[in-house]
Amino acid sequence: MKGKQPFDAVVARHGDTVLRVCRAVLGPADAEDAWSETFLSAMKAYPDLPDGANVEAWLVTIAHRKAIDVTRAAARRPVPVAQTPDRAAAGADSPGHGLDGELAEAVAGLPARQRQAVAYHYLAGLPYADIAAIIGGTADAARRAAADGIATLRRTYQGAPKAATKAAMKGQPSDH
Amino acid sequence: MTTDELTRDLGRAFPADPADLPRLRARLAAAAQRDGILDVAYRTVDSPVGALLLAATEAGLVRIAYASEDHDTVLQALADRISPRILNAPGRLEAPARELGEYFDGRRRGFDLQLDWRLSAGFRRAVLSQLPQIGYGRTASYAALAGLAGNPKAVRAAATACATNPLPIVVPCHRVIYSDGRIGNYLGGPEAKRALLALEAAA
Repeated sequence: MKGKQPFDAVVARHGDTVLRVCRAVLGPADAEDAWSETFLSAMKAYPDLPDGANVEAWLVTIAHRKAIDVTRAAARRPVPVAQTPDRAAAGADSPGHGLDGELAEAVAGLPARQRQAVAYHYLAGLPYADIAAIIGGTADAARRAAADGIATLRRTYQGAPKAATKAAMKGQPSDH
Repeated sequence: MTTDELTRDLGRAFPADPADLPRLRARLAAAAQRDGILDVAYRTVDSPVGALLLAATEAGLVRIAYASEDHDTVLQALADRISPRILNAPGRLEAPARELGEYFDGRRRGFDLQLDWRLSAGFRRAVLSQLPQIGYGRTASYAALAGLAGNPKAVRAAATACATNPLPIVVPCHRVIYSDGRIGNYLGGPEAKRALLALEAAA
């Protein structure tokens, strides 16, 4: 009988998404700790996960709880070390990092529920019913939280300037 | 900007770099080992008879698999038979990987490894446990092996035990051939069996 796939395959398949979600919900400093705690916890419970369960929703649920733990622990810590130098260093060899950093900051500025709803829907691709089960409340409330979050991001983050896009297209040959 | 553009930018703002995951997975393997929940650790090694999958429980080396057995299929079988808590964790396989490397270099004639026999039972296990008695560079017939295991008439059962050996090479079923000199079947294919016998004859 073929049962659960090796946990290694679960990590290979969902590791990326969980890391993105941890980064969005927690920021870069705590994301890797949360990722590690999430998968360690998931591996412990894995044999008892019912067959046919939605593994990604299950992992995001665990990541959500770990993120809350990490946030609480961080609140008890003294003043955190500034992350700016790391970001600047990373930006040196990754073009467009400035804009990405701007968006990351905009997401960090959202209220927690909106940030979670945006991350779980737009990064993990979970339906709002699953998100409601994770963050509490109804599916409609989760949908509103994500919509409010996206609306705020639209106001605070402009994306690549249109002028730059036009300039890039100027050099292309015309059919006319 | 559209929601699609914003979604695309979110993916870029919260990246999962290809370099991040191997590091995080190694960290997970170490933590799982520390917490005693790494039921099966595995790694692959290159060898003159192709890529070999090595898997170990806490009790010892439990499985060696040839590429022809399809490593993903073997890992799934380990998940079903032993536990799905399986990770690529080379640390636990350090000794088996090193000894196999020495064997293929002709510098090792026997293995000094902890073995977990749980994948074979009954008469098959009795047969396999006799195999190390056939010394390096020598061969024995299936009939002789059946005799060693205490049932000289069970030649076919002895052959089946060899064909289902979960620990080939280390448990040397490749040294068992037909009485008439035909090389017989082998899990890794007859070429692999010939290659191992040639290696041992040359060293």
